[in-house]
Amino acid sequence: MSRSEAEGTSGVPTDLDAPVFAEPWQAQAFALTLALHERGLFSWSEWADALSAEVKKPDAATDGSDYYERWVAALESLLALKSVALTPEVDAVAAAWERAAYATPHGKPILLENDPLSP
Amino acid sequence: MAARVRALETILTQKGLIDPAAIDAIVDTYETKVGPRNGAKVVARAWTDPGFAGWLAKDATAAIASLGFTGRQGEHMQATFNTDETHNLVVCTLCSCYPWSVLGLPPVWYKAPPYRSRAVIDPRGVLAEFGLNLPANKKIRVWDSTAELRYLVVPQRPAGTEGWSEERLADLVTRDSMIGTGFALDPGRGSVAA
Repeated sequence: MSRSEAEGTSGVPTDLDAPVFAEPWQAQAFALTLALHERGLFSWSEWADALSAEVKKPDAATDGSDYYERWVAALESLLALKSVALTPEVDAVAAAWERAAYATPHGKPILLENDPLSP
Repeated sequence: MAARVRALETILTQKGLIDPAAIDAIVDTYETKVGPRNGAKVVARAWTDPGFAGWLAKDATAAIASLGFTGRQGEHMQATFNTDETHNLVVCTLCSCYPWSVLGLPPVWYKAPPYRSRAVIDPRGVLAEFGLNLPANKKIRVWDSTAELRYLVVPQRPAGTEGWSEERLADLVTRDSMIGTGFALDPGRGSVAA
């Protein structure tokens, strides 16, 4: 069987050379999870359970295109469960990052200090 | 989503739970250093060294670790060997458990619901979509990965590769052939640098 003949024809696509991360935040989310696991914050089974719960929610994309959104949701739920970062705190810091990005001139690195509401 | 991940990183850094430099190192490793070539080396060694193949069959975790590939999540590995009678196919119905240490990160379709559900219900149909039409009398075994146990398919060594070096053989071993959705490349037609 040659490689060209092994291309999927329908339903299940093949993507031999596709990049593993579509956007940088996906790689960051992935690495955060690994680092926290290595630190012992949660076991890999706990992680698999959290991710599984997210990917089988009824509103999950059927083609898996929201896989890393689900990944982030699973990480947030686990961090909330462990009382490491609760949702309101994440919401607040995420909003600060968004304001900082908006306030930062194009081409300059985005820093949290650029948030106009930062103390 | 980018802002949320940045927020998580900020909070975790402030709490001293992560080191941003370590995060960058992990990203670099998985983007550039770990990939299916690791698994291809394992398969090529098994094809050329019967002692290693036996070890791989009995204790895949240790045999694979001897080549320098160890899992970061402490997961155990099991190798499943394709034969004339049986074809092996790996899936994770739960989420996306995958042998990262030997195959890198999973392809998009491996994580997608159609493959995760259908590989178990209709493996023959799924394989046909990948271009693998197996004879009706060939048995298909589907292995469902877990957080603790990941599977590596050892494809059959292609005919016409007698006397080939391990390195040259490894070029015939595709990622898909180690998940079970492909065969090793045909040496006559695989357009790879030999």
